[in-house]
Amino acid sequence: MNRRNFAIASAAVALSFAFSEAPQAQEPIKFGMVAHLSGPLAGGEAVTHLPNVQLWVEEVNGRGGLMVDGKRRPVEIVQYDDKTNPAEHIKAVQRLASQDEVDFMIAPYGTGFNIAAAPIYARYKYPLVAVTAITDEIHELTDKFPNMFFTLGSTSGFVEGVTNTLKTLQSKGVIGDKVAMVNVADAFGIELAGVAREKFKEAGFNIVYDKSYPLGTPDLSPVMKGAKAAAPDAFVAWSYPPDSFALTEQAIIEDLDVKAFYTAVATAFPAYGGKFGNAIEGNLGAGGVNPNTDAMKAYRKRHQDVTGKAPDYWASATYYSALQVLEQAIEGVGKVDREAVTEHIKNNAFETVIGTIRFDKHNNSERYWSVGQWRGGQFVAVADTGMGDSVAPVAKKGWK
Amino acid sequence: MDVVISGLLLGGAYALVAMGLNLQYGVARIMNLANGEILILGGLAAFWAFVSFGLSPLLTLVIVAPLAFIGSWAMYKLLLRPLVRRAKTRGQLEVDSILATFGISFFLVGVMVSLRAEYFTYSFLATPVHLLGTTVAANRLVAALIAAAIGGALYLWLNRSRPGMAVRAVAVSPEAAGLVGINVDRVSAFAFALGGAVTALGGCLISTFVTLDASSGVLFTMKALIIVIMGGVGDIRGAIIAALILGLVETAVASIIDPGLTLVAAYAIFLAVLLFRPQGLFGQGNA
Repeated sequence: MNRRNFAIASAAVALSFAFSEAPQAQEPIKFGMVAHLSGPLAGGEAVTHLPNVQLWVEEVNGRGGLMVDGKRRPVEIVQYDDKTNPAEHIKAVQRLASQDEVDFMIAPYGTGFNIAAAPIYARYKYPLVAVTAITDEIHELTDKFPNMFFTLGSTSGFVEGVTNTLKTLQSKGVIGDKVAMVNVADAFGIELAGVAREKFKEAGFNIVYDKSYPLGTPDLSPVMKGAKAAAPDAFVAWSYPPDSFALTEQAIIEDLDVKAFYTAVATAFPAYGGKFGNAIEGNLGAGGVNPNTDAMKAYRKRHQDVTGKAPDYWASATYYSALQVLEQAIEGVGKVDREAVTEHIKNNAFETVIGTIRFDKHNNSERYWSVGQWRGGQFVAVADTGMGDSVAPVAKKGWK
Repeated sequence: MDVVISGLLLGGAYALVAMGLNLQYGVARIMNLANGEILILGGLAAFWAFVSFGLSPLLTLVIVAPLAFIGSWAMYKLLLRPLVRRAKTRGQLEVDSILATFGISFFLVGVMVSLRAEYFTYSFLATPVHLLGTTVAANRLVAALIAAAIGGALYLWLNRSRPGMAVRAVAVSPEAAGLVGINVDRVSAFAFALGGAVTALGGCLISTFVTLDASSGVLFTMKALIIVIMGGVGDIRGAIIAALILGLVETAVASIIDPGLTLVAAYAIFLAVLLFRPQGLFGQGNA
């Protein structure tokens, strides 16, 4: 299917023009970005990454740009679409590095893409401040690619967050020990379910239903009927956006009577609250934020004002923070020098909208929220690692 | 019983996906790879009308169907008829139309991404209905009932009416149909446009229970292709029965064996049909 590749490439080039900024008086600092403008991950990219890039460019250029070599230079984004295809992604990064000669790169969306792109980022010495990348291989990866940084936590950290949330609910007498668990059958779901199987058992939970379903399953009602038949106290799904929506809808249809209901990706999306309204009060999901800090409030307002949409309650703020890390490191060095910027990121602390980010010796920021809960129209963190500001989880009360 | 009802509902949804392509491929001989994108366009329209104006998708589809009919008509007349005229053999037309519609699919994805890059998700009739001792979602039930109505109407029209007979004649042999005074070009354009309308209408209904996005059309194209080939090209009855079989088998496997094996089961029956009845369940020998 070589014609397909040609069509992809031409679409990508056409789309990339839409995003590049007009040149300004000072020569701009160029930031490369390979985005999933179409393909399976485009929906997530459009919620979590793209508006933040738009906001960040607007903020920085509103100040006149980044301060380097004693003068302000505007930032410019050079963007390509990869159709959510890893091979296209790598080609586009290559092109940004060798033909567009961008000065820096902005991290891609998705664990697999961050890991797949890491070697080529390393070859061109681009600092890679990854956000939407969750893995237990952080130490191995950063040993191999010392220019790579992690900000959103590890697989184990995530599962621990869920385990602790369930333990808290159990100790309050809200739930018993029976957990129904399902996962989407791809790398993300399989890895999380694998870790969860161990951690839930260690914590004394009894997994009464444990099934996977293929990506893109059009009807999840058999899964929900099966889970319901197992009469669980808690339901946990390691799911992707379309299935997070579908499982929640099926739980409402089947009136799944659990006091803890967890779906992974997309539970933190404003669209999730918008779709289900009050029915999802008390639902648990991946992410969560502390919406009450001044920095977070100001960020959420600016995001809404500039992009016309609300940020999600998880990686949006962290992604914006990663851009702030890059911005502060470039200004801290005062030069367009990628190796110096990487060193600067390793050795300094950064004030961001999610608070202070500092990387440990494995280039990992051990400060993240891991579980959120819908409470009165906001998705509030109820478990975290290193943040220390999440609130206690409460029981879910029915679907009405 | 759970399995049978859920399976039939899923089969109904699959029939919505496949009936349009069946008309387009069976009669107009256009292997329309942009079929899934037309479906998503229908879903996008339903989403947009619902979110912006609170319009019920059941009303939106009354507007969407004629628009999709006109749009598909124009697409056939402007973009595909030159290929039909030029093609010397059926094989060549297939290759040309696959390439052309593949390009059109990229164009449509681009248009939809610029309209809305996020997921199209909303709640419509997401309420339980108790039916013969099992619980089903009202939106799925409505979609399956409308699918049954469309399928029945198409079947009767094709088999009991004079224009329907002309359509079937073109499906069997465009050359012979031309010889007996049927305007093959017009019938083909009409079948193609009707297929587009049915597909977009299916998209409206499917968007009430599946979370779509601008790029998910290809999944539906693949499903439609499997069903059309399984059922037999150009036979609406075959497409509907193949869709129901697929729905029943997937649901049975998910409920009784393991949800992880639904795709395996779907491709296993597809392979079995290809091995033992390559012309499809209801296909003509040379299709």
